[in-house]
Amino acid sequence: MSDTLLEIDRLSVDYETARGDLKALRDISFDIRKGEIVGIVGESGCGKSTLISSILRLTAPNTRFRKGEVRFKGQDLLQLPEHKMRDLRGADISIVFQDPMQTHNPVLSIGQQMLDIQHRSQAGKVEKRARAAQMLGAVGIPDPEARLEQFPHEFSGGMRQRIAIAMALMSEPDLLIADEPTTALDATLEVQIIERLQELQQELDCAILFISHHLGVIAELCDRVVVMYTGAVVESGDVREIFHDPKHPYTRRLIDCDPGHIKERARVLPTIPGEVPDLANLPGGCIFRDRCDQAVPRCASEVPPLSKLKEGHHAACWLNHEEVHQ
Amino acid sequence: MLIFTFRRFGLALLILIVAVTTMFLMIRAVPGDPVQIMLGPRATPELQARLTAELALDQPIWKQLAIFYGNLLQGDLGTDVFSGRSVTEIVFQQLPHTLWLILSSIIWSATLGIALGSYAAAHPNTVIDRITAAISVSFVAAPAFVVALLSLLIFAVNLQWFPAIGAGEGFWGRLNHLVLPAFAIGLSWVGYIARLVRASMLEVMGEPHIRTARAFGLSERRVVMIYALRIAILPVVTVIGVGMGFLLSSAVFAEIVFARPGLGKLVIDSITTRNYPIVMGSVLISTGLFVVSTALADLINAWLDPRARAAV
Ligand SMILES: Nc1ncnc2c1ncn2[C@@H]1O[C@H](COP(=O)(O)OP(=O)(O)O)[C@@H](O)[C@H]1O
Ligand code: SF4
Ligand SMILES: [Mg+2]
Repeated sequence: MSDTLLEIDRLSVDYETARGDLKALRDISFDIRKGEIVGIVGESGCGKSTLISSILRLTAPNTRFRKGEVRFKGQDLLQLPEHKMRDLRGADISIVFQDPMQTHNPVLSIGQQMLDIQHRSQAGKVEKRARAAQMLGAVGIPDPEARLEQFPHEFSGGMRQRIAIAMALMSEPDLLIADEPTTALDATLEVQIIERLQELQQELDCAILFISHHLGVIAELCDRVVVMYTGAVVESGDVREIFHDPKHPYTRRLIDCDPGHIKERARVLPTIPGEVPDLANLPGGCIFRDRCDQAVPRCASEVPPLSKLKEGHHAACWLNHEEVHQ
Repeated sequence: MLIFTFRRFGLALLILIVAVTTMFLMIRAVPGDPVQIMLGPRATPELQARLTAELALDQPIWKQLAIFYGNLLQGDLGTDVFSGRSVTEIVFQQLPHTLWLILSSIIWSATLGIALGSYAAAHPNTVIDRITAAISVSFVAAPAFVVALLSLLIFAVNLQWFPAIGAGEGFWGRLNHLVLPAFAIGLSWVGYIARLVRASMLEVMGEPHIRTARAFGLSERRVVMIYALRIAILPVVTVIGVGMGFLLSSAVFAEIVFARPGLGKLVIDSITTRNYPIVMGSVLISTGLFVVSTALADLINAWLDPRARAAV
């Protein structure tokens, strides 16, 4: 058996809207190996959340899967019957969703919710409670036994994010997907959560797909990174390599905005001048052209393919093609 | 929760006192001598003087109010001018009939309404949803007294499935007599509650925490019945609590059409004979019923929703 856990293969996803089809994901391809931490980075609106909800098929009702496959352990999840898909959710693949303030049910106690998600376990109620308390302790929530009785609104945002992580890791999944788990938090909390995630990952040996719009956080945590722009992958590869030798102007801009190590960086959102193209009405040629300061004539007429520059490093920019420089 | 209960019922009591005092003052503010009106042409000067003293109408208004509340605290709502019986006794004799009518109407219409609404929300924009919508809208549009008259004609007179008038004897007899009036009062509520549940449910089902529940592989049944319905039901409980007031007025129609004993019939009869102590007593009990039912609705909501417990 190969050690590839998840392969996203030429995935294209649209949202049907009154304005026409929104091309939220176009030809996305990348993979995650067992126990690896892969980061996805890109400005807000580039399709990161769409991508991760597509993996578990928990997308909005107006979502249309146009093309491609999502293979988990070799099996295409997009073809799986719903009940089989449900068996995977929260067992083999767990998700920590983006907004910690809205991710828990507001009228059920945390203990009740943590008990409910152990529905596959044969253990008794007492045992399940103990396991829930133990997981809360593991993500650094003090006095977990008592806090099981409390409701989501009695916890701070940081605490709720920890609870979400605890819940996701409870079943010891093969793949943990975390959608901007630290964006809503302040810098100190962010560092704490990242460190805790690293420890737990070592302990449980699961793969992590970590979404962020901060390259600094990704650099700290991940082995590999996928850079997304308006629904497409523009660069992917080893974190260190991409950090030191970015091959796409967009990646370079992201690094300029966010150069630091997460512990020392100033907390500003990446801002790159220029407007993001309309997903319902994408221009021809390179999608980054309007904001690119290195564009060449060819960029306007032809879409740059995501091409392999060396083993494990891909980028979609004409500047990497010899003939352009001649 | 205990603190919430005390505070909520404290508030209910306050509302009741304000409402009753206002009502008391309004009745006193009506021009004309109430004794004269009550006694009508039978009035002799002695009788008038006696009744005035009995009702303490010769006292200053604040003293009248104090006497009224003093009696009220002892459960004394005054005396029926005609029969001389205690108003409390008369009102409480009629109250159970109305209570049963309202309760059975709410129970059947809420159960059916919630079921229809949840079903429609779980299958939005399907044929079934559209049919439910059409039925709901026509149910909402049907006024209780029209339904009461029609059902009386169809099911009692023509088909003779159910008795037409009265309250019946014994448990089954009473139940049998409840069917048509409860049907008439509840029908418009089925549609109303179904639409409310559908809208509320669709909103909740789109909230992020529902996606979380699904992401842990919870069964769709559990997601809908526990994770969503428990939130979607909150506005319905409030509406039912407030709706008790409307139900009381529909009950008046039903009690007249079906010649049922009850608070509504008592009030109408007393108004035509200008029996003010009974009118006052019935209105007071109805107000109390309304205040208590809205308080109960808030309590149920606080029990269902921990966030609400912090309020009030
Ligand atoms: N249900 C939906 N219907 C229509 N458009 C959507 C829907 N969900 C998201 N979008 C749009 O799709 C794009 C990608 O969104 P998203 O995946 O949430 O991006 P990200 O997570 O990177 O911020 C955005 O332009 C967003 O407005
Ligand atoms: S292809 Fe052209 S426009 Fe696109 S990023 Fe490269 S240089 Fe810029
Ligand atoms: Mg997002």
